[in-house]
Amino acid sequence: MKSNLLKSLQKKKKQILELWIQNQLTDPNLREDLMSNTELRVQSDELVDVFLKNLNDTNLTEPDSPDFEPVFEILAGISISRARQGFSPRETGIFVFSLKEALLEILRQELPDDPLQLYNESMKISRLIDSFGINTFETFIKGREEVILRQTDEIAEISTPVIRVWDGILALPIIGTLDSSRTQVVMENLLQEIVETASGIAILDISGVPAVDSLVAQHLIKTVSATRLMGAECIISGIRPEIAQTVVHLGIDLSGIVTKATLASALKYAFSLQQMEVKRIRQERKYID
Amino acid sequence: MEKIPILRMGPFLLVTIQIDLYDRLALNLEADLVQMVNKTGARGVLIDISAVSIVDSFMGRIIGNIASMSKILDAETVVVGMQPAVAITLIELGLPLKGVHTALNVEKGMELLKSKIGPEEESDDDGDAD
Repeated sequence: MKSNLLKSLQKKKKQILELWIQNQLTDPNLREDLMSNTELRVQSDELVDVFLKNLNDTNLTEPDSPDFEPVFEILAGISISRARQGFSPRETGIFVFSLKEALLEILRQELPDDPLQLYNESMKISRLIDSFGINTFETFIKGREEVILRQTDEIAEISTPVIRVWDGILALPIIGTLDSSRTQVVMENLLQEIVETASGIAILDISGVPAVDSLVAQHLIKTVSATRLMGAECIISGIRPEIAQTVVHLGIDLSGIVTKATLASALKYAFSLQQMEVKRIRQERKYID
Repeated sequence: MEKIPILRMGPFLLVTIQIDLYDRLALNLEADLVQMVNKTGARGVLIDISAVSIVDSFMGRIIGNIASMSKILDAETVVVGMQPAVAITLIELGLPLKGVHTALNVEKGMELLKSKIGPEEESDDDGDAD
């Protein structure tokens, strides 16, 4: 009896697919801008096909059965690609859950006069699809997290440029919060650049650092000490009044480090270290001559 | 047994470490260098570690020791050409080498040494002239 039901479900695959796609197409939240209808049809067809093929009496009540591995694989592929395409979690959820409606509809047609069995079978199908849905969400979130991680890496890569402001003077504007891994990147970039350009002075500008706590200060001190070990002088500039307050309140000792309020004054100090000075060309000369 | 040569350049001693130091070699270098400073009355020691790619806490300590010992014997120590990786390692080990002067390369190190002992020598010369 049961396997008969399953068989007829499998036989009605086309009908289920049609019903499901119809459900999806009538949904007002359908994102035709992100995915074409043919693409949607291909995805749906593949999923229904594999799902019905692997469905049997025993695993109907066991959503974790290894028989469903291929189904989960397809779901994972779909949800990750949807996460990258910019679908919202709700849209991806509706995609899976609308399959349930189609299945239940077919089930109702199969069992028109046995409400008890209809109820029992509906519950089983419902539970199975729910588990698929949850699984889809998990992979969807994983997909999103991958996107976030990649972006974090990119930001870290972009945001640490070492600028050569003058012969022998490097500047490194730091924007964003300094954590251990970023300090490592900053330090390595700076030291490498010092070696390559044989620069004697490095200016670390922290005007773009939102807050300085003891850990960030520790990282700054480390960077300055490493630069000093390399034989270069390191100046920290761009210290805002609030940061000066926090540093003193936290009891951080920056006395061994040259600090300047602005990049301009740091540059001036760097010039004086190199025995250079910037002068305005005198205008009065004309009148004297 | 390998030995690290110590070259004399005027009032300075020049040590170029071309190989990765192991503990025994570093200890010998420390002893040799202090002997040499004492014998020649050198005013400065320049250690070039541009070819050293690996350091440990022991090496860091030896460099610090050499600087302190030379200081007692009235000679300044300049370490030049430290690799970025070495600098980061020393900082992570908590060895900022206080008391050791550093420079980017031998040329700048020499300039630094000259400027460190320059004024005194001049005053010596003045004394001789008088």
